[in-house]
Amino acid sequence: MTSAIELQDLRKSFGPTEIIRGVNLTIEEGERHAIIGPNGAGKSTLFHLISGRYNVSGGSVKLHGENISNLPPFEIYRKGLSRSFQVTNIFPNMSVFENVRCGLMWVKDYKYSFWHLVDRQRELNERTAEVIEEIGLTSRQHIPAGVLTYAEQRALEIGIAAAGGADVIMLDEPTAGMSHSETDQAIALIRKITVGKTLVMVEHDMGVVFDLADRISVLVYGEIIASDTPENIRNSKAVQEAYLGAEAEE
Amino acid sequence: MSEIAKTSSSAASRPLLKTLTPWIGFLILLLALPNIFSSNSGLYTMNLMGIFIIFALSYNMLLGQGGMLSFGHAVYFGLGGFMSVHFMNYIEDGAFVFPMYLIPIFGGLIGLVFGIIIGSFSTRRAGTVFAMISLGVGELMASSSLIFVAFFGGEEGVSGDRTTGPELAGINFGQDIHIYYLIAAWVFVTVTLMYLFSRTPAGRMANAVRDNAERAEFVGYSQRKVRFVSFCASGFFAGIAGGLFALNFEIVTEENLNALTSGTVLLMAYIGGVGFFIGPIVGAVLFTLLQSILSNYTDIWQLYVGILFVLTVMYVPQGLTGIIVMHSAAWRMKRLGSLILPYIRIGIPALAMLAGIAAFLETIHHVRTAFEGDTLMSLMGIEFDSHGVVSWIVILALVFVGGFLTRMQLRQLRDAWETANKPPAQTEGSGS
Amino acid sequence: MFELIFFSLLNGIVTGLLLFMLASGLTLIFSMMGVLNFAHASFYMLGAYVAYTISMYLGFWVGLIVAPILVGLMGAVVERYGLRYVHRWGHVAELIFTFGLAFLIEEVVQFIWGKDTKAYHEPEILQFPLFTFFGQNFPAYKAFMLLVSIGIFIMLLLILTRSRVGLIIQAAIHKPNMTAMLGHNVPLVFMGVFGVGCALAGLAGVIAGPALGTFPGMAVVLGSIVFVIVVVGGLGSLTGAFVASLLIGLLQTFAIALDYSVNDLLQLFNISFDADSAFRDLWTLSLPQIAPILPYLLLVLILIFRPTGLFGNRET
Repeated sequence: MTSAIELQDLRKSFGPTEIIRGVNLTIEEGERHAIIGPNGAGKSTLFHLISGRYNVSGGSVKLHGENISNLPPFEIYRKGLSRSFQVTNIFPNMSVFENVRCGLMWVKDYKYSFWHLVDRQRELNERTAEVIEEIGLTSRQHIPAGVLTYAEQRALEIGIAAAGGADVIMLDEPTAGMSHSETDQAIALIRKITVGKTLVMVEHDMGVVFDLADRISVLVYGEIIASDTPENIRNSKAVQEAYLGAEAEE
Repeated sequence: MSEIAKTSSSAASRPLLKTLTPWIGFLILLLALPNIFSSNSGLYTMNLMGIFIIFALSYNMLLGQGGMLSFGHAVYFGLGGFMSVHFMNYIEDGAFVFPMYLIPIFGGLIGLVFGIIIGSFSTRRAGTVFAMISLGVGELMASSSLIFVAFFGGEEGVSGDRTTGPELAGINFGQDIHIYYLIAAWVFVTVTLMYLFSRTPAGRMANAVRDNAERAEFVGYSQRKVRFVSFCASGFFAGIAGGLFALNFEIVTEENLNALTSGTVLLMAYIGGVGFFIGPIVGAVLFTLLQSILSNYTDIWQLYVGILFVLTVMYVPQGLTGIIVMHSAAWRMKRLGSLILPYIRIGIPALAMLAGIAAFLETIHHVRTAFEGDTLMSLMGIEFDSHGVVSWIVILALVFVGGFLTRMQLRQLRDAWETANKPPAQTEGSGS
Repeated sequence: MFELIFFSLLNGIVTGLLLFMLASGLTLIFSMMGVLNFAHASFYMLGAYVAYTISMYLGFWVGLIVAPILVGLMGAVVERYGLRYVHRWGHVAELIFTFGLAFLIEEVVQFIWGKDTKAYHEPEILQFPLFTFFGQNFPAYKAFMLLVSIGIFIMLLLILTRSRVGLIIQAAIHKPNMTAMLGHNVPLVFMGVFGVGCALAGLAGVIAGPALGTFPGMAVVLGSIVFVIVVVGGLGSLTGAFVASLLIGLLQTFAIALDYSVNDLLQLFNISFDADSAFRDLWTLSLPQIAPILPYLLLVLILIFRPTGLFGNRET
């Protein structure tokens, strides 16, 4: 059986600086995997490489055993990998309902159709309403997404990423900037939408990480220094020195 | 869950009658208009309006719906016109038999073909690069049109005759009223189609790519292909508009595909409001009215249009439709009436100021262009001496007193506006 | 043949350097503010008209100095009260604003000066042939245009590379926010650069007016060409703008001078054609005929195959 994601000696340089310096990582199907690390370690860059936003400088990314390095994002999405962004990245002038529907249209096989009327596609709209119910925005569904509160936009962000039912979902700091109660809601939401799926997340909030993840990888200066269960990561001396210690000082 | 499904589907597919009401109204309006404005000049203006409505809406498929700023949209309009006028001539020569009223289809097809060719490389990026390519292609076509005389007819263009070919129920479209109904039919069909396009997956994703091209790629869509589909559709409808132009005027010239026409359609769409489907319709109607009415009264109407355009870009980027839509909150709360008086109070001095400015410009223009010794001029039926001190005092008084009073009234208007739009105290949540 | 090449070369350089005076300002404005100023050629036109009016009362030389300054001030006002205000609506609105401005300036020029071509002439001291070569005259005024253009070019180069202001401008081009943090008043720098760019365009108008004609369409004639130059040279690259200016200048003069047609080419291969076919225009095409479309063809090809332009490093 192949793994969900497999990175082999993945590298990325910007000019002379190498940000990702040979990452090897295997994430199994159905695993909830968290990537942690100090600021500037290259976590977001790693996400961009896997999801196709950046081209890789070396090595390879495999999704279900298939090499997807340097494919454009939409091809990778079509192969079953969907992601959210650290900085909220939605369609601000369209309604919440439309935002989610956009995340569904490709997988419902509408492609670039100009002969279907979206409002008459019963199944599409029903599924959209379901997703909106899941992310708790039903009462706000006709509002332009740009005027939602920050926490609502974060929920929408996750909703768009998860709407299409991709089997690998990548979330980049889903709880960044949220209050405690909002974070709890977000965790519940993530749990709900990733049942039976592979989840890869970058997260700064250790509570969230240890709560959700099956496995944790620690990325420091573009290299993975440890990849293990939460229990072992918590007790690892190397990790504490390189990362958790630094975090505690902040 | 079934409950959610119900609410969403009822929201999505509203009762048919309610959906159709604006369209039926539109149809009735199109049919009724020539009975209200039955003069020749009225028909002439309305025909032009119809053509520009289609053209401006097709332009907005790019700018408003797809976020592509084009400076060369006249290419598809002009080519559609030339293609149609050539086919009119083929029909006249008996090369083949085809009903004249369907001629714009050829215009649409050539627009589509060129949309496919040019869109294949220009839609890779939006923004400045797209704008530059559209400008380059536009200039290329306009310059080429003067070289390839066989197709473009050189300076004098190509003319045709729409009255040949098979007739429709005994009508050969020789009269203006016939061509009006023909254009109205085309307007109704194409406006409907363009609206429906905006409600398809391709149309919705065009909005998504406009809002956030990168995110669209992460939900499975290639931004380039999304733009390409809109671009081709836009070329098609612009071509139809060009075909109608050929039918209506029976002549197409280089002017129909040059930068000036490209600029005009941008202006129409923008003044009307690119953020709304009906914005370009409003813009096309307004522009045609300005052009045909204002040009009867003044030589410098284009100066006024230019000022209007620049002021719109600066202060009302949402366009005229945006201003109307701004009132919808007050309308829903039934408070629109409370704004009437404040509007009148600011409207009177503002009108005086505008009249003063216009008189100022007109008088200067008269002084500069009239024959030596001809100092008598008339504005709105008032005759006065364009060199007279009294006239100038009156004009300047209008401008400054009007301007001062308008400023004074701004505050009360702002207050009235805020009162009218204040949400009802208890229904903060349920209102949304 | 030699004389043809010689004069075409000379004329091409004169045109090219004149174009560079416009293109350099446009490039500076674009690279600092991210705005392609559609109205740039309109300031060129204003330069010619203002200089014409001044020259009627005070002579050509006063106009040469004063008109560019006035035009530069107008540009600064447009930046301060127009562009900076529109900035809040985003890039597309800025582009549309400058587009509308170009339209408006043309109308205003017609309103003030009328639609006819103005009798704006070169000063009498420069109305003589500088030299005669193979029986062809080279007017002194063209040499004067050449000198002014070269002078401006050297001055620009020195200011940008040697002066403190030049360093700030270069810094602002690369990192606008960073310069602000260093304590430089970026909005003021923007206004200054926009004003100077417009003044350069105005100067180009002052010296081109007598040679190319002072009429309301003169902005349109040159406007699109200048756009071609900045895009072909690479958006934001002064070197690119310089090379592309000369390239376009030479391209246009040579295409007009060399009277070859497709027909000649076909005859080389002994192919004849039907004079009545619908494609007859294609067979009889000659270089002077297609000269006006060459720059645009170049533009479209560059944008397709090398969107960064010849020397540019950014795509948008």
